[in-house]
Amino acid sequence: MADHAILLWSLDWPVELAVIDSLISNILLLLICLLVMNTVRYYVPEFTQYLNILCMCVVLTILWLLLSKWLLGLALNSYEGYAIFLRRSLMVRSSIAFLILGIVTMIGIIWFNWQDQKRSEERKSDAEKLARDAELFKLRQQLQPHFLFNSLNSINALIGSRPEEARKMVQQLSDFLRGTIKKEETQWVSLQEEIQYLELYLEIEKVRFGNRLTPIVTIDPLSLSRKLPALLLQPLVENAIKFGLYDTIGETVIRISTVAKENELEVIVSNPFDPETSSPRQGTGFGLKSVQRRLYLLFDRNDLVITEAKDNIFTTRVTIPQLSEA
Amino acid sequence: MSKVIIIDDEPLARSIVKEYLQKHPELELITECGDGFEGVKAIQQHQPDLIFLDIQMPKINGFEMLELIEQPPNVIFTTAFDEYAIKAFEAHAIDYLLKPFNQERFDKAVAKWMEQQQNNANTSAKTEELLDTASQSPSQSNRVVVKNGSKIKIIPVHDIFYLEAADDYVKIHTQEGYFLKNKTMSHFEQVLDAQQFVRSHRSYIVNVQQITRIDPYEKDNHVAILRSGLKVPVSRGGYGKLKAVLGL
Repeated sequence: MADHAILLWSLDWPVELAVIDSLISNILLLLICLLVMNTVRYYVPEFTQYLNILCMCVVLTILWLLLSKWLLGLALNSYEGYAIFLRRSLMVRSSIAFLILGIVTMIGIIWFNWQDQKRSEERKSDAEKLARDAELFKLRQQLQPHFLFNSLNSINALIGSRPEEARKMVQQLSDFLRGTIKKEETQWVSLQEEIQYLELYLEIEKVRFGNRLTPIVTIDPLSLSRKLPALLLQPLVENAIKFGLYDTIGETVIRISTVAKENELEVIVSNPFDPETSSPRQGTGFGLKSVQRRLYLLFDRNDLVITEAKDNIFTTRVTIPQLSEA
Repeated sequence: MSKVIIIDDEPLARSIVKEYLQKHPELELITECGDGFEGVKAIQQHQPDLIFLDIQMPKINGFEMLELIEQPPNVIFTTAFDEYAIKAFEAHAIDYLLKPFNQERFDKAVAKWMEQQQNNANTSAKTEELLDTASQSPSQSNRVVVKNGSKIKIIPVHDIFYLEAADDYVKIHTQEGYFLKNKTMSHFEQVLDAQQFVRSHRSYIVNVQQITRIDPYEKDNHVAILRSGLKVPVSRGGYGKLKAVLGL
């Protein structure tokens, strides 16, 4: 605006004329720019509609030109020779106005497009997070009913013959279920906490299956403070128990061990199986798949669950990367 | 006096049935079994009138166990939760007890069985239908259980070369020779994965993963050559089905 005024003044026009001319032209231009901004804000044109944008700019420039010419004439025609100067300078004025308007329009479009994109990306990531939470919730839910009903059936049997044990099992089952409900899937817990929870589960299963089930848990003391996603181990062990107990006859030994490695926690679960009857598909039961899926969602890695079948023993090795202090 | 056997892999689950049975002096508990193998043996030995049978058991499940018995006894199922099993029961079982169940519900199941006994209802035909429905469950459709003499054999379906009709039986051909199963061809056609097992001929169902090539044979017919060198007849209609599955 000042530039405009100085330019006129340098062309030997009086200062007040220069200022008024500049004010009128530029305020009008500013108003039209605001109009453009508001238009593109609510109606964001596609980048491909260049022609439309160009037409809009041309029309607005002409509108601006007519308006400013009329107003300038009204205000400043009393100055000698101004009318001629105005007519001559119309071409220059209009091309400058056109350029400014064009730039403002482009900036507006780019800005609002960017805003729009940012918003939709936020929405997308929100939706993804929701879907992920729901998926994790579902994965956990599917593991429960069989275990729950069979445990209740065992309690029912104990009530008649060994009421003390029935009471103990009700307590264990309650603590176990409370643990399931209380913990969030996204929460990280220490191995110590997770092992306590696992012991509850193993106690219940031992009552159900009696002598057939012998779990052996070996914990590296260094690993107790390591972290892992909550409720990760139980489905793993549940899978081993199911696979072991239902694929063999007689006593089933389930081994669970943990190792603290540099920046990693390793959990190894093994169970016996019968190579003659188990098809490879049975090897990756639902429990294993859900653990794999959870670790993939958390770390974006597919190599964290490794299984191996050797000498009638099926071993699952799960690596949990340790996040640097968060 | 009726003879009863309990088959369940969980000791406590057996003990609750035993406890409830005490109220029924007319039912005599002969023995208890912890898995299906024991179950088959005990049923053949004792010929019970009624069994209480769990579904989820080691090695072979309750339905697979029943398939191995020539004339299955009357069954009251006891199970925790299995949507396929429940579907099968609802249509065809005498009764089923969802764990945990109480004495009252147990008595009702026994009364229902007694009533059917008196009406002399033909329950063995129903058992057949029940097994057909149950065998569509995913846990069962990836293997076939057969009896080989006194031994029980579990065949993973991918080990099957082909199936051949043989009177009232179906011959299941595998690496180790063939096994007989007292079922119809259409039963297997329904139960096995249609993308893997194709009825290539009225009397043959072939595992397409075993086929190495298909040669013309006489007029209008073909023959499928398997990896093991065995040949399986392919009829005109069967050739069309094979081509569709193989995407030719």
